[in-house]
Amino acid sequence: MKHLRSIDELGRDGLLRLLELTNHMVEVNRRPVPKVPALRGRTVVSLFFEDSTRTRLSFETAAKRLSADTMTFSVSTSSVNKGESLRDTVETITDMGVDAFVVRHKSTGIPWQISDWTSASVVNAGDGWHQHPTQALVDCFTVREAIGRERFDGLTITIVGDIEHSRVARSNMSAFSMLGANVVLVAPPTLLPPDVSHWPVEVSYRLDDVLARTDILYMLRLQSERMSQGHVPNLREYAETYGLDALRVAKLPPHAVIMHPGPMNRGVEMLIDPSALPNSLIHKQVANGVSVRMAVLFDLLAGESSAANLQQVAS
Amino acid sequence: MTRIVLKGGTVVDSRGERDGDVAIEDGHVVEVGSSLQGGDVVDAAGCVVAPGFVDLHAHLREPGKEEAETIETGSRAGAKGGYTALVAMPNTDPPQDSVAVIDFVREQGRRAGLVDVVPSGCITLGRKGEALAPMAELAAAGVRIFTDDGSGVQDELLMRRAMEYGKGLGVTLAQHCEVASLTKGAVMNECQCCTSLGLPGWPSIAEELMVYRDIELARLTGARVHFLHLSTARSVELVRAAKRDGLPVTAEVTPHHLSLDETRLTTFDTVFKVNPPLRSPRDIAALRAGVLDGTIDALATDHAPHPRRDKELALDQAPPGMLGLETALGVVLGVLQIDLAHLVRVMSVNPARIAGIDDRHGCDVLSGAPANLVVFDPQAAWQVAPESLASKSRNTPYVGIALRGRVRHTMFNGAFTVRDGEAQR
Repeated sequence: MKHLRSIDELGRDGLLRLLELTNHMVEVNRRPVPKVPALRGRTVVSLFFEDSTRTRLSFETAAKRLSADTMTFSVSTSSVNKGESLRDTVETITDMGVDAFVVRHKSTGIPWQISDWTSASVVNAGDGWHQHPTQALVDCFTVREAIGRERFDGLTITIVGDIEHSRVARSNMSAFSMLGANVVLVAPPTLLPPDVSHWPVEVSYRLDDVLARTDILYMLRLQSERMSQGHVPNLREYAETYGLDALRVAKLPPHAVIMHPGPMNRGVEMLIDPSALPNSLIHKQVANGVSVRMAVLFDLLAGESSAANLQQVAS
Repeated sequence: MTRIVLKGGTVVDSRGERDGDVAIEDGHVVEVGSSLQGGDVVDAAGCVVAPGFVDLHAHLREPGKEEAETIETGSRAGAKGGYTALVAMPNTDPPQDSVAVIDFVREQGRRAGLVDVVPSGCITLGRKGEALAPMAELAAAGVRIFTDDGSGVQDELLMRRAMEYGKGLGVTLAQHCEVASLTKGAVMNECQCCTSLGLPGWPSIAEELMVYRDIELARLTGARVHFLHLSTARSVELVRAAKRDGLPVTAEVTPHHLSLDETRLTTFDTVFKVNPPLRSPRDIAALRAGVLDGTIDALATDHAPHPRRDKELALDQAPPGMLGLETALGVVLGVLQIDLAHLVRVMSVNPARIAGIDDRHGCDVLSGAPANLVVFDPQAAWQVAPESLASKSRNTPYVGIALRGRVRHTMFNGAFTVRDGEAQR
């Protein structure tokens, strides 16, 4: 694998391979000294043009635990502020000799454009509303742990909220259904993309109708700017119709679990303290973030010697 | 006086097709017939000899964005594409809303001397959509076609006034049909692709609402209205119905909307970002049918040069637009089963009439006609090489795409601007 840019490019085989590899990384992370030399001498650059807490820190932690060198590109202190183009920036960093770019950008497609300008690998850490493949991997791994099996056949996963503007929804929808889940998208029509008829999903406008048959309830963040853009009349009405409160939790089957990619909007989509939920996987999602991103960087960068390296990781 | 004989071609004009040599002297056709002799004999065997193409829609970028194109480089690109006249779009900087800028554009065209550069005038001052441009002054300076192209005139009252005023001046109002509030931030056609790519969609209805509005305003005011770069099936239907009602409306489509669909954007290549966006295969089929049945009067390029650094931005940041002048013929013949007489109508005769320059362009190839001519091989298969384009920019979407039909010679005012495919100046 040269790049990780979207779940569709990764494909089902790639998805299964990375989830398997993640098991090894979880084991590494359980050790007293959770560090292996697998990527010694490799350099990973974080190129984040958008704010991030979880993704950026977990990528950097992942790279360090594999002994890669890391560089962090901070837009606010870089020559981008002097008008340097993205292409020039990427070419300049490539000239320094880097092996992977981890990229987040507010615009769809930037990871593909960057991979035209560099010989290094490109990892998409979120592009516009388009894709966030490592989040999907984290969530698939977390679901696997929770249900104790590798395939999601027979599982109904309900994704609720701002589907249209969500890269998490797009990548998770693909990944979940690749593993066999029945995916239900729940949103008002104003927060759904214009034509989802080709997606392998069911669509519902009413959350209360689908809760009873939901095994995994995946809540998305609603950004407050959606209100000013006329997608919803106001946040209170959205919270009443699509927010998760105690009444709705009670409608879920007892075994159902709750997920959220963060950052949460308490009082909007989350009207209940998630720590009070018996079946929340939210903290596990964060915890698995590092292992999954170790698997991704290892798969991209260990190269020819990856089999030997895996031995090293396993030993 | 130099005599030139175009030898062995098929003459195609509004009167149809016939074999014949064409002799040119002193800027005019002097003889059409068989076995013409004398002077500079130029091979036209296997080729069509037709009135030079007229583009209703070229962004020549001068004044203001000479990094992308100048009137000279755009004129040369036009000549290579077989054009002898280009209507220069008004979204320059400063915009073409004053006699000074109109005169400047026309004069730069004359200096280049490769095609007739025909400036369009803005409908509103600064293309801001707030107040009418001095249309009578501009008309007195020779402007026959008015448009705010780049954006549509949003305000209904202002558009009504523009049509009423324009009717009094005998000019044509050309509309870029786009209801701006429906396309804010839009990057590509609203479709399944935009859904999956997470790109803001550009709904067809944003175009169709304004087509409908302007058809009804034309019905009300009696003004001549021309629809620029139509891109949807429903727009074609609306225009077809308006023509059935006898309204004075005309319409154009671009070669790219006839040939490329929305799925091109899945490569994230900004060269495919254009306004209006590439649409669905169903729209393409309807546009082609509209050209063939005469609903669409003209093929226009919407030639929109952009420098590399602008097209290297993200899809949502990059400016819309693609080159068109040098590939138009090859694209159109590559995708349309069109008879040559009809091709000449939609690329020369009709646009010359719409632009108000049919006294010197789109004329029948007869003795006495101005020698603004194109000679092209309708069968030649070729591929575009970006480095050999005459345009100053390189944003052609046709790299690697098979084209059919290539310009061999272009003659402007009796002199070759292109001979054997090579620009002469």
